[in-house]
Amino acid sequence: MAKVKALVLRAAGINCDLETQHALQLAGADADRTHINRIIEQKNLLEDYQIIVFPGGFSYGDDIAAGRILANQITHHLYEPLKKFIDQGKAVLGICNGFQVLVKSGILPALDSQQKNDLVTITENDNGKFDDRWVHLQPGTDKCIFINPNQRIYLPIAHGEGKVVTKDENVLETLKKNGHIAFRYVDENGSQGTWPINPNGSIDSIAGLTDTTGRVLGLMPHPERFIRKTQHPRWTRLNNDNTPDGMSIFNNAVKYIEQNLI
Amino acid sequence: MKQWRFEIFNQQGTVDAQSRTILEDIKELGIDSIKNVKTAKVFLVQADFDIDFAKKVCSQLLTDPVCQDYKIGKNSTIENPQDTTVIEVHLKSGVTDPVAQSVTNAIEDMGETVKHVRTARKYILTGQLTKQQTDTICKRILANDCIEDVIIGNSAEPPEPHTEAYKLQINTWPIINLTPTQLVELSKEKDLFLNEREMLTIQDYFKKIKREPTDIELETIAQTWSEHCVHKTLKSSIDMNFDGKNIHFDNLIKETIFAAAKELNKDWCISVFDDNAGVVEFDDESAICFKVETHNHPSALDPYGGAATGIGGVIRDPMGTGLGAKPIANTDVFCFGEPDKKLDEIPKGVLHPKRIMKGVVSGVRDYGNRMGIPTVNGAVYFDDRYIANPLVFCGNVGLMDKDKCFKYQQTGNLIVVVGGRTGRDGIHGATFSSGQMTHEHETIFSHAVQIGNAITEKKTLDVLLQARDAQLYESITDCGAGGLSSAVGEMGEKLGAEVDLEKIPLKYNGLSYTETWISEAQERMVIAVTPEKLDAIMKIFDGEDVEATVIGKFTGDKKLRLKYNNQQVAEIDMDFLHGGVPKFSRKAEWKTKNLPAVNLKPKKNYNDDLLKILSSYNVSSKEWIIRQYDHEVQGGSVIKPLTGIANDGPSDAAVVLPKYNTNKGIAISCGMNPCYGDIDPYHMALSGIDEAIRNLICVGARFDRISLLDNFCWGNCTKPQTLGSLVRAAQACYDGAMAFQAPFISGKDSLNNEFQCDDGTTIAIPTTLLISAMSLVDDINKCITMDLKKPSNLLFIVGQTKNELGGSHYYKVHNQLGSIAPAVNLETAPEIAKRVSQAIQKGLVASCHDCSEGGLAVALAEMAFAADLGIDATLKDLPKANDCTTTDAILFSESNSRYILEIAPENINEFTKLMENIPIAKIATVTETKNLKINNTENQTVIDIALSELKQAWQKNFKW
Repeated sequence: MAKVKALVLRAAGINCDLETQHALQLAGADADRTHINRIIEQKNLLEDYQIIVFPGGFSYGDDIAAGRILANQITHHLYEPLKKFIDQGKAVLGICNGFQVLVKSGILPALDSQQKNDLVTITENDNGKFDDRWVHLQPGTDKCIFINPNQRIYLPIAHGEGKVVTKDENVLETLKKNGHIAFRYVDENGSQGTWPINPNGSIDSIAGLTDTTGRVLGLMPHPERFIRKTQHPRWTRLNNDNTPDGMSIFNNAVKYIEQNLI
Repeated sequence: MKQWRFEIFNQQGTVDAQSRTILEDIKELGIDSIKNVKTAKVFLVQADFDIDFAKKVCSQLLTDPVCQDYKIGKNSTIENPQDTTVIEVHLKSGVTDPVAQSVTNAIEDMGETVKHVRTARKYILTGQLTKQQTDTICKRILANDCIEDVIIGNSAEPPEPHTEAYKLQINTWPIINLTPTQLVELSKEKDLFLNEREMLTIQDYFKKIKREPTDIELETIAQTWSEHCVHKTLKSSIDMNFDGKNIHFDNLIKETIFAAAKELNKDWCISVFDDNAGVVEFDDESAICFKVETHNHPSALDPYGGAATGIGGVIRDPMGTGLGAKPIANTDVFCFGEPDKKLDEIPKGVLHPKRIMKGVVSGVRDYGNRMGIPTVNGAVYFDDRYIANPLVFCGNVGLMDKDKCFKYQQTGNLIVVVGGRTGRDGIHGATFSSGQMTHEHETIFSHAVQIGNAITEKKTLDVLLQARDAQLYESITDCGAGGLSSAVGEMGEKLGAEVDLEKIPLKYNGLSYTETWISEAQERMVIAVTPEKLDAIMKIFDGEDVEATVIGKFTGDKKLRLKYNNQQVAEIDMDFLHGGVPKFSRKAEWKTKNLPAVNLKPKKNYNDDLLKILSSYNVSSKEWIIRQYDHEVQGGSVIKPLTGIANDGPSDAAVVLPKYNTNKGIAISCGMNPCYGDIDPYHMALSGIDEAIRNLICVGARFDRISLLDNFCWGNCTKPQTLGSLVRAAQACYDGAMAFQAPFISGKDSLNNEFQCDDGTTIAIPTTLLISAMSLVDDINKCITMDLKKPSNLLFIVGQTKNELGGSHYYKVHNQLGSIAPAVNLETAPEIAKRVSQAIQKGLVASCHDCSEGGLAVALAEMAFAADLGIDATLKDLPKANDCTTTDAILFSESNSRYILEIAPENINEFTKLMENIPIAKIATVTETKNLKINNTENQTVIDIALSELKQAWQKNFKW
């Protein structure tokens, strides 16, 4: 069987590309790290791949707002090839800064499949601070190909702008009703709460969103930072069979592509 | 051309953390009249697009459509003008504005060109303010004089940026006929920081070559010879009087710190004290390098920018080591004045310690996080003598191939500058940081502050690693202190170099040839490229929008020749530039202090003392800082700075996995005890070494692969006593390195950390030696943490407790110093460390923590509350010295070389056998009760506190 091919996007200030590539490789994919300038020069480059990951980092320094400049670049140079990519049944993952980029370019949540970026945004954490901590995540949908709907997972966040905000209540209702909410921040028992359970003040504790196809996922936590048991903050207290939760996201994506596109 | 003004503000009802913080800060200044703060971002855009496009720029690019609004033009509707103060903060002309650059590019992506973009911040304060209060708020909270201008009121527009083109005018600074006094005056007037003998040496040189120097020649020599660049003091010959005995050093550092590395002659040391960072072997293919720098003076003036460029600068050290390393971990250690100081206790010209601390922490945060390098280890110390001279130590560890550890520049190679452009920022940084600060430094040296842009550095790093792996350059170094002058000067030392100064890309017009040459603008690297590889390397740089420019070549004639538009402005012999600095001989003295002994009244119960120590600034949790730093990016995190059942206990050291698909890690730690230095700098230094090594050992690092780094921060070393204390510390470094078989591989000093107040008094920092340490971990799966693991496991102490309360935190919370600082037994300490390391490797130890600040009691408390498991301790068998009789000494003495190990009952036999001939004792049992109970040698309960109370005390500070 041919190997699944994944592209990890690089751009000025992206800084989680190497570990994201490594996670994809562990999941069985061939993963390349490719600079956005190469894709703008050669738009059919995406044709070779079945998964694109927008990794974490501070694209263009998060100038103006997190992910805004890269989102602007995508809107003006790459929207059509990306739309085509999604329409071909392929998978897109945005992690942290990548999630911010997907939301700010309107690729997520893409209500009614429209590219609209004025309904949902991601903004500064309620406490105004960058925060590196581990969070529990409860899946909010069963139609996203990256997610095991019944598996609560534990991953680290590291961001200063991760608060998901909707334009109004109606937008939130649509997100809920149509299964756009991929993950919510919860405590270890699955209940929602205030900081630090919900580390940034996101509405409805939203930690990740998916589109109508279920093949585009954006999330603030970093699955690529929990792909080895010794990355768990309490691994020295746990027995040897603790499995790294972050791998489930990458494994599911690769498996989906293997079963559906190859 | 149109001048657009866009104002972006948050919609009503959205959470505005920034405004809230400013309001809190204003209240902290004692100003209660402000009821509300609003902030807005201002963009001033010079461009020819029309109003429709302007609206598009605002709505699609600058404004968040969900939670912000915009206004084109000035938002002049102010409800209550009498009650409202409008303040705009603009960057001074020439200060780097990264957001402006991004906006320019983004508008181009949208299809229009712009001529110029500037950004500013606008604040609208509601509530009555006097003019003086407004000034205070601007100065203390909203703006930094060094880099920003404030405009108060809604009517004034900021001045247009103006930079006129530079017209060459060669300046000669005649010195041949000056008297020694006049030479010293010239050095002062031009901020050269050169003394009489150095000026005379320079005069001799120019007499010999029969011409007067140009300004750029004198500046280049001053920079190359600055304390910051050549470490004159540590290299000088010293006559030391130590307790009446005379000791002579021909070269202090060579005979102490370097000597240890040389005598130990470890085959795993690859490059030591030779390059921008020390390099040691990691595995068969790879090496690791480590460097720690200080950025003290700049951080005192501009805490945010100074600290940001501190971390930015030290990251460039591994990038510029050998043929370039990939940075994989940052460290940060800070020293501040106590943060609760009243405003009127702050000397003139000095920022409040809390403001410095907040600024420094966010500066390191924003730069380090943006670079994508985890900040894994650090420490913070407080002492009022740091109030005017905060210390900011930033470190970086890099990974590189073993065959890329050396440079090979050759005659004929092109000199290429890569990365950021050159501006006026940071002029005289090297010389400035070598001198003493005064209350006037704030105004005089504002230009010495450098402004960082992490993304430029990150882009530069990305392309350089690609070019390195494609073997497209021969040599690399960073532009640090001394800028291009220093970088090109060092790289061409053995060859000679010629540079065309007008080719150096500038941020803006108007820089003279000298300013261009000596600027310390950030994010620049210099590489040597053979002409035939130039096209290939430029393609990589262009491909990711990184600017690179050929500015000259290495000549082979051993001269530094500088030209501007083909006119020669400097020609200095490299031999003179690098070998001409006169060697100094200095006097030092040290008399062992005879301080009064302290005897605090014995008490029945020490609960309060323990709680006080736990909540003292030095000991208490630094979670507020740690969580603001990304400590997990790059995915190599093994032992994090916070650990335990609630992820909030204090780890001893960090462990990082540098290469995926292996189990081999590196451990990184630090040790520092400025309090002991007030009693004895020798024991202070040894304690720092012992502490740093203990921290490595505790997490499971190898004992036989430890490398050390020294960072000396001292006061004015022209004073014999101050220099004497430095000599004692340097001697301790030699003794410690030899005893532990742990060579120093790199180091740096920052002297003259003294501050002259406007009343003529001087504040000198405590003698401060930071020891950073690094070792290897053979199998990361065998690492352990400091939190207790299981009830009914037993706790053993390893090492002897002595009556050494001098400089302890127990005395500190009682405002005492004491007379005996903790010593290190150079025979037993290494043996203890080795055996503990072996016990951990064998898997016999469930948790391990060393006794450091606060002694045994604090160590037990931390192990317990980090696990939410209790301890029942009885100290009757505690191995202790004969003079260690009082309960307070047993609980709180900070004696070195002590570890507490948690051992499961089934491992006790093997463990005790392994520890044969080492002082150990079983002192406690891990319990399920949620309290820490300690019985003294007489079996009386002297501490009994609930874990929740201990943890609360430890966590109560820094909830900012």
